Amino acid sequence: MAIQLNLSVIAVAGQMAWRKAKPVLIRETVLLPALGLLGILAIWWLIALLKSELMPTPAEAWVANLDYILHPFYRRGPGDLGIGWLLIASLRRVLLGFSLGALVAIPVGFLIGMSRSAMLAINPIIQIFKPVSPLAWLPIALAIFNLADPSAIFVIFITSLWPTVINTALGVSSVSQDYIDVARVLEMPRWRQIFKIILPASLPYIFTGLRISLGIAWLVIVAVEMLTGGIGIGFFLWDEWNRLNLSSVFLAILVIGLTGLVLDYVMSRIQSLVTHRSVAPNTL
Amino acid sequence: MVKSRSQFANSTGVLELNRSEFLVIENLVKAYPKPDGSEAVILDGVNLTIGEDEYISIIGHSGCGKSTLLKIVAGLDRATAGSVRLEGREIRKPGSERMMVFQHYSLLPWLTVRENIRLAVDEVLHNATRAEKISIVNEHLNMVNLMAAADKYPDELSGGMKQRVGIARALAIRPKVLLMDEPFGALDALTRGKLQRQVLDIWESHRQAVMMITHDVDEALYMSDRIVMMTNGPAAKIGEILEVPFPHPRNMQELRELPEYYELRNHALNFLDRHFSQDD
Ligand SMILES: Nc1ncnc2c1ncn2[C@@H]1O[C@H](COP(=O)(O)OP(=O)(O)OP(=O)(O)O)[C@@H](O)[C@H]1O
Ligand SMILES: [Mg+2]
Repeated sequence: MAIQLNLSVIAVAGQMAWRKAKPVLIRETVLLPALGLLGILAIWWLIALLKSELMPTPAEAWVANLDYILHPFYRRGPGDLGIGWLLIASLRRVLLGFSLGALVAIPVGFLIGMSRSAMLAINPIIQIFKPVSPLAWLPIALAIFNLADPSAIFVIFITSLWPTVINTALGVSSVSQDYIDVARVLEMPRWRQIFKIILPASLPYIFTGLRISLGIAWLVIVAVEMLTGGIGIGFFLWDEWNRLNLSSVFLAILVIGLTGLVLDYVMSRIQSLVTHRSVAPNTL
Repeated sequence: MVKSRSQFANSTGVLELNRSEFLVIENLVKAYPKPDGSEAVILDGVNLTIGEDEYISIIGHSGCGKSTLLKIVAGLDRATAGSVRLEGREIRKPGSERMMVFQHYSLLPWLTVRENIRLAVDEVLHNATRAEKISIVNEHLNMVNLMAAADKYPDELSGGMKQRVGIARALAIRPKVLLMDEPFGALDALTRGKLQRQVLDIWESHRQAVMMITHDVDEALYMSDRIVMMTNGPAAKIGEILEVPFPHPRNMQELRELPEYYELRNHALNFLDRHFSQDD
């Protein structure tokens, strides 16, 4: 399990740095991360210099990508869009599939967490389908929809299900008996316990599931778009490779990585807004 | 002179006649099935009658079944045999007329102090108007001196503050019986003294039946009208009930100057010691 560089870590540490302005913290929040990034850039540069036929140097890649970077939202023809548009197209698929997944997964997770019979009935399905690579669903999706776009969304939908179902079920089944006892003493009806006690108590788990789901969905959309083509950051990456345009591939990877980081950060902000509790940084 | 009664005298009812029978616990048995098929008897024939505005302490060694007894009265746990009746009606499930102050506070961490109390008020006082509910919540926040912390979340409170929220929440729904499981156990001596005083003040102005579990003989003597002393588990029962004759309102300093206080205190401590050594 690798430790992910996380915006919330930087944000939290950054706030502390401003308040205390200790040199140690500036070292931890600015200097060391910058050193790491510079290191990887240096290695890239070195390899590119030694084997110039393999890949461009960072400087060459920068120059080659300048048009994309400066004009992310150009439209120069039906298939020729700026990288911003491509990103939006991919994000749309991910957010649609992910939202549909969450709409199904949270209630199902609740059901499993609350009812032993439901757990026994649904658990085998999860255990069998969870290890399946989401891409394996693509042929079925294509057979059903006959179109690239809905198929991609469907694959994201399937991808998003499992972590959210499992974490929701875990959260619901591990709600402290103390909270339930409070509700029972107050004679709260069962259906209200679900909304006033069990749901808020398991929200941190639900969000853990959602964050994992969204992270995997973002991983998968790139692969799906490589296979289905169309407008999107994943197909862009594949297309540029086919044109032997490695500079743009580097750019696409960077954009995909930063977008994933921002997505997780946004989810953690929503989580702390909704649960009123500070959110531990995700180390996925 | 120590007034104490054996369990036998209690169950014959001779001394109970003039005490109102508000909450009656009769031949209560609690047993858990053991893995080998036999039964682990925790409580073995508990008999206790509590008056409408009586403050009762329950004292006994750890693991003897005090929390179990309180949970059965709350309706959160079921007795294996015997009965618990409140105003003549059998207790079978939890009810807001028997409100609990939980040992571990049990505040809902996603709600502020005010919202925690409000949730209880909303659930129980259906007939109150919005304005009445707001004023009940404020009144109880004031009662436990928590107005300043009303909009904080439980994470941001000290242990003593959390316990006060638990007490305010319990009192706000105006229960007939207040059940407290070691309400001051986790507090430092200074906070404990203050909070004991606050709870006594509240109880002295709105009297109701209270069952309080404690490990502290001084606390029991200071606060309660009778001290129920339990024998050691397994198969614990009531060993002795100690009357505390001091009139309310009480003052800790004044109590400590009474020779009777020390008589009672020694008596209780001797009881606990005796039962502790029996165990070895
Ligand atoms: N679910 C259970 N199954 C089996 N035994 C149990 C169960 N719950 C409690 N017990 C046993 O019942 C006994 C009484 O527990 P209880 O919590 O009532 O003790 P207590 O007097 O409140 O102790 P303490 O003062 O430490 O809080 C203990 O010996 C415990 O092991
Ligand atoms: Mg206990």
